[in-house]
Amino acid sequence: MIVMLVSAGLAVGASIVVPLVMQRVVDGPVRHHDQNGLIWFGLAALALGALEAFMVFLRRWTQSYASLSMEADVRDDLYAHMQKLPLTFHDRWQSGQLLSRAITDIGSLRRFLSFGVIYLIVNICQYAVVVVLLIRLYPPLGALVALSAVPLFLISRQFAKRFLRVSRQVQDAQGDLATYVEESAHGIRVVKAFGRRHHMFTRFTANADKVYQLAVQRARLDSRFAPLYELIPNLSLAVIIVVGAVAVVQGHMTLGQLVAFATLQMGLVWPVESLGWILASGQEAMTAADRIYDVFDTEPTVVDRPGAVDLRRDELRGAVRFSDVRFSYPGSDTPVLAGIDLDIAPGETMALVGVTGSGKTTAVSLVPRLYDVTGGRITIDGHDVRDCTLDSLRRNVATAFEEPILFSMSVRENLALGRPDATDDDLAEALRVAQADFVYELPWGLDTRVGEQGLSLSGGQRQRLALARAVVSRPKVLVLDDPLSALDVNTEALVEEALERVLAGTTALLVVHRPSTVALADRVALLEDGRITAVGTHSELLATVPSYRAVLSAEADDRPDLLPEGKGVAAR
Amino acid sequence: MSSPTSEQPLDIEAWRGIASEENSERTAAEATDKRSVARLRSRSMQLLGSLVRPHRRILALAVVLLLVQDVAAMAGPFLVQVGIDRGIPPLRDHHSYAVLLSVGVAFLTASGLGYLTKRAFLMLSGRIGQAILFDLRRRVYKHFQKLSLSFHERYTSGRMIARLTSDMDSISEMVDNGIDDLVLAGLNVISVAIILLFLDWPLALATLCSFPFLLWLSAWFRSQSARAYRRTRETVSLVIVHFVESLGGIRAVHAYRREPRNQEIFEAVNHEYKRANQRAFQLIAIFSPGIKLIGNVTIAVVLTYGGYRVLHGQAEIGVFAAFVLYLRKFFEPMQDLSMFYNSLQSATAALEKLAGVLDEKPDVAEPTSPHELTASRGELRFESVQFGYRADRLVLPELNLTLPAGQTVAVVGATGAGKTTIAKLVSRFYDPTAGRVTLDGVDLRDLAETDLRRAVVMVTQENFLFSGTVRENIAFGKPDATDAEIERAARAIGAHDFIAALPERYGTDVAKGGGRLSAGQRQLVAFARAFLADPAVLILDEATSSLDIPSERLVQRALRTILADRTAIVIAHRLSTVEIADRVLVLDAGIVVEDGTPAQLIDGDGRYADLHRQWEDSLV
Repeated sequence: MIVMLVSAGLAVGASIVVPLVMQRVVDGPVRHHDQNGLIWFGLAALALGALEAFMVFLRRWTQSYASLSMEADVRDDLYAHMQKLPLTFHDRWQSGQLLSRAITDIGSLRRFLSFGVIYLIVNICQYAVVVVLLIRLYPPLGALVALSAVPLFLISRQFAKRFLRVSRQVQDAQGDLATYVEESAHGIRVVKAFGRRHHMFTRFTANADKVYQLAVQRARLDSRFAPLYELIPNLSLAVIIVVGAVAVVQGHMTLGQLVAFATLQMGLVWPVESLGWILASGQEAMTAADRIYDVFDTEPTVVDRPGAVDLRRDELRGAVRFSDVRFSYPGSDTPVLAGIDLDIAPGETMALVGVTGSGKTTAVSLVPRLYDVTGGRITIDGHDVRDCTLDSLRRNVATAFEEPILFSMSVRENLALGRPDATDDDLAEALRVAQADFVYELPWGLDTRVGEQGLSLSGGQRQRLALARAVVSRPKVLVLDDPLSALDVNTEALVEEALERVLAGTTALLVVHRPSTVALADRVALLEDGRITAVGTHSELLATVPSYRAVLSAEADDRPDLLPEGKGVAAR
Repeated sequence: MSSPTSEQPLDIEAWRGIASEENSERTAAEATDKRSVARLRSRSMQLLGSLVRPHRRILALAVVLLLVQDVAAMAGPFLVQVGIDRGIPPLRDHHSYAVLLSVGVAFLTASGLGYLTKRAFLMLSGRIGQAILFDLRRRVYKHFQKLSLSFHERYTSGRMIARLTSDMDSISEMVDNGIDDLVLAGLNVISVAIILLFLDWPLALATLCSFPFLLWLSAWFRSQSARAYRRTRETVSLVIVHFVESLGGIRAVHAYRREPRNQEIFEAVNHEYKRANQRAFQLIAIFSPGIKLIGNVTIAVVLTYGGYRVLHGQAEIGVFAAFVLYLRKFFEPMQDLSMFYNSLQSATAALEKLAGVLDEKPDVAEPTSPHELTASRGELRFESVQFGYRADRLVLPELNLTLPAGQTVAVVGATGAGKTTIAKLVSRFYDPTAGRVTLDGVDLRDLAETDLRRAVVMVTQENFLFSGTVRENIAFGKPDATDAEIERAARAIGAHDFIAALPERYGTDVAKGGGRLSAGQRQLVAFARAFLADPAVLILDEATSSLDIPSERLVQRALRTILADRTAIVIAHRLSTVEIADRVLVLDAGIVVEDGTPAQLIDGDGRYADLHRQWEDSLV
């Protein structure tokens, strides 16, 4: 920064000296017919010019490092912060708004810092120095030029105020547009399946039109103010010529001084004119900074508490207890969980059963602290999960989500997500459990890239990989959120058989929709209206709790006539 | 290959795994070989031409305004010269203010004119620039929507987002601050040259000697920076791709403590982007002072040579002063112009990328003269259909199949047997590599997209919901549906009860990606959306996998009514769904190995009978 300012200052200095040299040329050698002096002055101008160019080079070269490093650092930090923010934040924020902050806003911040700030400082300094020189040349006219800063200042204040508002609107609208684009990209299959591209296009147009309208509004504002920055120095130049000529005649100035005066003032036109766009880009950068700070100012709420304990795997038994656990999503006053009490013994497998939308997924997400409870507590071996370090908690609690999330990377990397030091044997074992041996038949085996940018896998295949991933990390507590829903019966049976072995030494929480999967569990808990209404073995509950039967029993009132020849009933 | 550990230094490629021998994610739109680049370059110029054409009249007006503005600005130094050379002598000799005052008035007029024209120009150019941007956004978006799924699978959502956000940004940056200065520079070069010649031609010729150097420097910068900016466009899309994907899967990131590795990868791609930018910036760091140096040397030469001429009485002192003033006026803006030239280069690189996308042809193309199909009966026929995603691996070797109108057909089989492929062919996400698929006897390739989509709708296990309300998501099946229709669809599918219990019922926001609804609820909404679309052919691809038993039962019951009068292809591993079918196909490696009614197959001793037995056992 110092190098930049110094080099910028020297460059400006050199550019100011050139007109003074000119004045000397006119008043000195030219008047006195001194040819040698002329050559010396020429060489001096040449040297100054070269110095100026070198200083510009120096400034730009250092500037490119400084501003780009700043940009990259802020982006790294922002990404780190976003990763740290809890799911509640990501649920609430539109992804396009995050993206436009990370890319566009940081970009405009960098643009201003690399060009704008320097020019702003340099131009204002140049203005000040030139004004001082002008006052020394001829005080009355110099004072006039100094006074022209007053209207410039007033205009700038007005401009800044109005521009700030519009530019925030433009940037927000661009974020909305980015969100829409992102959704269109992710939902492309649905759009295609319904042939709704015209519909999507119409809505996109509406979004793009909003950006257009606001941007035109911004351009209009700019067109009203920017030319003023050119007008004012030109007006003062007009006055200088007339008054200056009079002054020369009256002998207050030499002709050379007038030429120098006009040249210096002329040299001010561009710096003043550029103030217009510097201010505009400054406003944009301010808005960008505001928008970036919206994210930075959001405190990560799911963090290590001071003095958090490390859960050590070898000392962990894996007793999970829910005590009066309550949860509601932020901004919603209907609680999803209204006081859950549940005790899971070490090594026990507990299934959670309930109708769609009863909060099963929410309940199991609380264990690895994907969300934090809003009331009550969850403990593992008596430690409140909020008093454990996140890292050790999540190392010991592994989750397989119902919707398997695979990243665009090798199968190996996807599987070893929770345990980077897993060996190929570990992976092989987990793949066996999840009946995911198909990966060995992929073109490059474990090194095949899957996910969006790689090979596309079927829903069942993805689900099995997600399950294998959870198994690989050898957790003390395993959370499986309906992990077999996309598997066919055959595979499901095989997976269950293999899973049985894994679950033997592991505390497990299963979210279950089907009776076949319930068979894995030692006990079942029924979740209704945000509370656990019954806990027991599958057959106990089936026999004694009617609502359990309604949720899980394949035997339904209209079942017999659905099944051909009543086979479903016969099998019971 | 050793397994990756966290201690290992990051190898940017190793973690990604192998996608194909060459880089299969590269589509033609992303090609970087010399010939493609040259082609894209010319395409991007054509694109620019077609974007500008509709505005050519206003653009002409803008250029006129710019000319006037330029003349007004150029008048300044000339008037200074007149003031000094012609204004001072009469004042000194006869105390006559006439010339001086008229110079002052002329100066004021020129300034005022400059102000007005600049204002009008900025307004016009801002409007045109934004209109072009608007048009470009729409074109690219529309084209993306038109391109086939196979393209999207290779291109990835992250890149599409990068094209429509970051690339548009760099074009808009140029539109916002560059155009007038760019055009003015061109005008300046010409008009300054003319004025200089007019003022004092020997001095002007000396000045013009600098032009070849300027041109050479600009040409060098142009070719170098084009390459540098192309690289920034490519690297920024990698940043965006990683950003979008990792934050999209934030649940898994948190659950598996992926943050440090993600951060490493992000910093690596971000660093690449920074380096690409740095290269571009360093080029300006050479270009911009280079221009300055040429300018300063020229001024020094003019100063000496001009002084010499004045000394020898070959030039007037006022002329000399004006000359130097013009030179400054020429080189000063040019200096800062290098920055705008820079954004022009950046925008050009972005435009090339966009031209690349617009250049892509959809694999699944719309027919040029479509066969009209207003009301489809829903009879589907596969005639010697062959298909493979890759040339060396056929998923369907040869499929011959007729599905009469109104039949509900269940397709079962192991993973990879080709069930989903059949669904994708019927909904024309892909075209068969050989043979044909017909609807009511018409080849799908001869149907207009709107007709085809009205007739065939697919519900997948994906259940993507758009942000917006539940109502809007259901209405996606039929955008002009009334509230009553929407509610009827939801009731029919058994989704009404849970929707009615939501805080704002049908007006409830489903939040990003449907995050607030459970997987089962999303599936129900997706069902309602398909039901509302009321197609002749409905394809259900594992569409009930996330439903709990009561909901599935409701859906099951609804399906019996819904599917009664339409053709349906049901792909499911849960046989409960299969049982509503009139006919079951068992698929193995793309070949139909069993075909019959569920009852027939259950009584036999084939695979379906096995599957059915296992399923019944699983119910206990």
